[in-house]
Amino acid sequence: MHAETEVHFRDAAAKALLDPQLRANFRRAMDGLITKRKAQFPDPRDLQDLRDLSTAIRSRSLLNLPELLEQFEANCTKNGIKVHWAETCEQANELILGIMQAKGAKTLVKGKSMVSEEMHLNAFLESKGIEALESDLGEYIIQLDGETPSHIIMPAIHKNKDQIARQFSQKIKDAKYTEDVDELTAMARKVLRQKFLDADAGLSGVNFAVAETGTLCLVENEGNGRMSTHVPPLHIAVMGLEKVVARLEDVAPLYAILTRSATGQAVSTYFNMITGPRGAGEKDGPQEVHLVILDNGRSRIYADPQLRATLRCIRCGACMNHCPVYTRVGGHAYEAVYPGPIGKILTPQMEGVGVRHDLIHGSSLCGACGEVCPVEIPIPEILVRLRREATHEDLGSTVAGKGTGRTATEDWAWRLWAGVTKRPVLYRIATWFATRFGKALPAGAPLIKNWTQSRTKPVPARRSLSERMRAEGGPHA
Amino acid sequence: MPDPRTAILGRLRAAGDSGPLPALDTAVLERRQWPAAERVARLRKGMEAVHTEFLDATPATWPAVVRAFCDREGLKNLLFGPACQDGAALAAAWAPGGTRLMPYDRPVEAFKQELFGEVDAGFTSTVGGVAETGGLLLMPGPAEPRLMSLVPPIHIALLRASTIQDSFWSAVKALGWGRALPPNALMISGPSKTADIEQTLAYGVHGPKRLIVVLVDDLA
Ligand code: SF4
Repeated sequence: MHAETEVHFRDAAAKALLDPQLRANFRRAMDGLITKRKAQFPDPRDLQDLRDLSTAIRSRSLLNLPELLEQFEANCTKNGIKVHWAETCEQANELILGIMQAKGAKTLVKGKSMVSEEMHLNAFLESKGIEALESDLGEYIIQLDGETPSHIIMPAIHKNKDQIARQFSQKIKDAKYTEDVDELTAMARKVLRQKFLDADAGLSGVNFAVAETGTLCLVENEGNGRMSTHVPPLHIAVMGLEKVVARLEDVAPLYAILTRSATGQAVSTYFNMITGPRGAGEKDGPQEVHLVILDNGRSRIYADPQLRATLRCIRCGACMNHCPVYTRVGGHAYEAVYPGPIGKILTPQMEGVGVRHDLIHGSSLCGACGEVCPVEIPIPEILVRLRREATHEDLGSTVAGKGTGRTATEDWAWRLWAGVTKRPVLYRIATWFATRFGKALPAGAPLIKNWTQSRTKPVPARRSLSERMRAEGGPHA
Repeated sequence: MPDPRTAILGRLRAAGDSGPLPALDTAVLERRQWPAAERVARLRKGMEAVHTEFLDATPATWPAVVRAFCDREGLKNLLFGPACQDGAALAAAWAPGGTRLMPYDRPVEAFKQELFGEVDAGFTSTVGGVAETGGLLLMPGPAEPRLMSLVPPIHIALLRASTIQDSFWSAVKALGWGRALPPNALMISGPSKTADIEQTLAYGVHGPKRLIVVLVDDLA
């Protein structure tokens, strides 16, 4: 199975590399985001202090996770928010369907939510006859084309204006062709406003969940998150169980570093705090608020002290923006809900390190992701750890599918290597041949072909080190 | 089979040994402090950078400033909360003719179509502002419903200079938001915007296209 999936990323990446439009779209977008982020952190000391504080807040939250979740749940319940728990995506989907059916709800408008992407909620609801419409402009654009997000913050970043103009003129009723961004935005506004007005239910993610008050915090620029959570009579929120923090004041530095890292904004347009459904005397807001807390492998990641750092992630996307691999191949090549560096460590841990063996090798380990991560997740170290887990069964770890990423070729190569190096005579013969005839090896030979595709072929020295030592009369000759 | 909640919390507990909690050094947040006049200037600069418009007023003139804006823009109507103190003051000063004051005094279900289709602007109070990044703090509730600051194409917000805090962090503490929060509270820094099409900024994608802050100078 692993051998089959391994070629996925490689093939998809190779294909993406041949698409000049895609490469230009990503290059331009990522360069812009890198510059904007940098401008937000003019003082290196401030940045480091803010990172340290944010890391400490997230680490503390995780250390107290079970207690905080219980406190959070109790406060939500007190506030009138109905809390549900799901082990798997299937359970979470069924819960949402049940909540909607109980209210007779047939249409759902969605704010941006990566967890709902994780659940493939839209496809599930559609199979049950419920319309689920994405209302974030980027999400709406890709939903029109039946695509998935290629970035966790900017889902439609892979498309340019001309592509969107063409798509709108074909897919939106009565739309004329225009490449004017304001006009395109106005078209989407018109369609979506009617949907907010008509929808039976709204769905959102959660950026931060506050235990001490039982509050769901939402960070957004467009206002579609507020529309989805305040206009329909029913609001359903979904979150991964790691999202909780102890206090509202803990959220302030996390929010500050989130928007700056993500899009280079000092602040988002809206920071929305939802602590309950429509209260006594209130004239608007949903009648019911439900919250689904999803595990989907997170408690397994939590069990390992080193891998637990993965759960500190605040989903800012900075690691993607700075990743030389992501910038060149784009988000779709990963064929995963979470692309880029965080996806490379999160996806294999959720789905099994054998199944997504391909992803952990799609990195140059340059370290850029770890360097920009606002909560100091050691992504490169975790990647190296997962690479080892993928080929070793003997470790007492909880990583799913450990040891299943070992390939027959790899096995064979290492055994041969061990066999040769353990036998001095064989080793000498092998090096004699390699030094005399290595040069003649064609660049297209198996095993070295991948290397020589974009690099000069390595040429072995004319004599091995021990031969030279002998010839020069060295001490160990 | 235990229910998901018990199973999940059980696994998290079993993962156990937490070790010492890392200390929280908030010096980086405490460094962000400015005198009152500078707080006003910072807020203004931050919000103007994201297309918020400002109107200057005093404690005595602000209703007239709101009125003059509505007339100048030729607004048909202005949605307001009659039970809110600032809303009531606005209504008391409102001369007949021109822009019509429209009270948000019914459940939204009774006028959803009208709210989405007919309302030109909404007027709300604020409970403070944030100097560091530029932002308004709002606490919608029975007197000032949530959708007033979201659905109409123009949002007019009343901000008293004396209520501007240094940062979001200090505002959370000053307002006691950590102890208790109403069903909805929020910070707004500008009109609704998106950069989802080729990183090009476009305003008014779902919420208000314009945010007008009536800044009341009450520092003296
Ligand atoms: S891993 Fe770090 S940089 Fe990447 S999305 Fe998460 S918080 Fe942001």
